[in-house]
Amino acid sequence: MCLGIPGKVIEVRDDAALLMGKVDFGGVRKEVCLAYTPEVRLGDYVIVHVGFAISRVDEEEALKTLEILEQMGGLVTTELETMGKGMDRPAVLSDDGSPATFGSASASAGAATSAAGGPS
Amino acid sequence: MKYLDEYRDPVLARAILDEIHRITTRPWTLMEVCGGQTHTIVKQGIDEALPQGVRMIHGPGCPVCVTPLEQIDKALAIAARPDVIFTSYGDMLRVPGTSTDLLALKARGADVRIVYSPLDALKIAVDNPDREVVFFAVGFETTAPANAMAVAEAARRGIDNFSVLVSHVLVPPAMTALLDSPANQVQGFLAAGHVCAVMGWTEYEPIASTYHVPIVVTGFEPLDLLEGILMAIRQLEEGRAEVENQYVRAVKREGTPLAQRQIMEVFEIVDRTWRGVGPIPDSGYRLRAEYARFDAEQRFDVGTIHTLEHPACIAGAILTGAKVPLDCTAYGTLCTPQKPLGAPMVSSEGTCAAFYSAARGLDARKVSLR
Repeated sequence: MCLGIPGKVIEVRDDAALLMGKVDFGGVRKEVCLAYTPEVRLGDYVIVHVGFAISRVDEEEALKTLEILEQMGGLVTTELETMGKGMDRPAVLSDDGSPATFGSASASAGAATSAAGGPS
Repeated sequence: MKYLDEYRDPVLARAILDEIHRITTRPWTLMEVCGGQTHTIVKQGIDEALPQGVRMIHGPGCPVCVTPLEQIDKALAIAARPDVIFTSYGDMLRVPGTSTDLLALKARGADVRIVYSPLDALKIAVDNPDREVVFFAVGFETTAPANAMAVAEAARRGIDNFSVLVSHVLVPPAMTALLDSPANQVQGFLAAGHVCAVMGWTEYEPIASTYHVPIVVTGFEPLDLLEGILMAIRQLEEGRAEVENQYVRAVKREGTPLAQRQIMEVFEIVDRTWRGVGPIPDSGYRLRAEYARFDAEQRFDVGTIHTLEHPACIAGAILTGAKVPLDCTAYGTLCTPQKPLGAPMVSSEGTCAAFYSAARGLDARKVSLR
C-alpha cells in the first residue's frame, strides 16, 4: 500500500465537489483523487498513493537531476580513465565491452541506432 | 514516463557507485527508513555493492509490519461479525493475528474485501446502506491523506454506516526512538521520499541538528537510492549533519500543504505501539473527537483481546535493524511468504519478504530429501 506510483494525468473532473481524474500508469488507467494537487493539468505527472495524487512530479527538476548525475558520471569516468590500471574493477564498459563515456549515453545510443537502423 | 527508464540506467548507476567508493574513507552505517526502498536495495543488490564497511540497516518503514498485533486481532474480531463488510488494503490480509488472518477469515465466509483506495470502501458503504462497512485505516504519512479524506467525505455526505479502524504511524518519532536507543548504530538516514512528499522535511531538521545525523530525502528508483547514499556518505565524510533532498522532482520542503491540512482536520497525534518495537510517544494518529463517531473501535465492542506472537519470530530485532533475516532460524524454513510467522515476511515492503524474493541465503536453508 505504501508504494507510490508515478503516472500521467489524462482526465480531470469535478465529482460531487471532489476533484477527481484518471491517471495512466504505463497503460493501466485508474480513478485518482486530485484534491491535494489542484494545480495539476492534463499531461502532468503525479505520484499516486492508494488512489490519491500526493505530489506533482516536476519534469524540469527530474531532467535537471539526471543532467547533474550525467555530468558527475562524466567526471568519474574521466577520473577512472586517468587512474588507469590498478582499479579493483574495470572502468565502466558498454554492452560490447568497449569503454563507455558518461553523459553521452543517450547520444551514443542514438548514434548506434541510426548506424544500425537508419537509412543508408 | 519518459525519464523513468533513465533512473534505472545501469551506466549512471555504476558511475555513482564508483563515486561512493572514491569518497568513502571509513565504515559508515546508514538506515533506509522505508520498506519500498529496502525492496529496491535488496533486489538490486545495492547493499552488497557498497564499499566494505558501509552498511545499510533496513528500517521499520513497513506499515504492514508495525501495525500492532492487538489492532490485527481487533480487525479480525470486527471482520467476523455478520453485519460487517470489512475492507482493507490487500497487503493486510495475510498478516498473522494471534490465531488467524483476514484471508483465512474470508475463506471461512466473512465478508472481507480488498480495496485499492479508501474511497472505494466509502462507495461500498453507499451501495450497501443496510450493512456496516469498516475500513482498516493503516499506514504512514503516505496513506494518511487518503484515509483522512475518506472520513471527511463520510461526514460531509452523511454516510453513517462507514467507520475506520485506525492504526496510523509516523516516521520522525520512530527515527528519534531509534536514535535514543543505547544500541543505536545508525549514523545517517535515507528518509522516505513519499512520506516527505506529503509532510515536507521541516520535521527532520531538528532531528538532524539535535542528533548530529545526516538525513537525505530519497526516492525509490535505484539511481535515487545510490545518489541518496552518496549524499549521506558525503555529509558524514565532511562532518556535516543536514537535511538534504535527493528527490527534488517530487518533494518540496513544505510538502503538500492541502494534504497536511486534511490530515490534521481529521486526526490528532497520539502515542502508538509499533509491532515488534513497542510503544513510541506521539508516533501515530487517532480520529479527533469531532470524527469519533466514525471510529470502528467505539462502534463495535470487540471484548478483551489477548495477543500472542509466534515465539520463533524476531520481527522486532529485524524492524529496528538489530538483526537481519539471515539471523533468524525460521527464515525460509518455518517462515515463508506463503506461510508467514511474522509481518516482515508478509508485505513486499517487509525486510524478510525482500530478502526472500531476492533469494538471499535460501540455498543454505534448503533441506535435501535424498
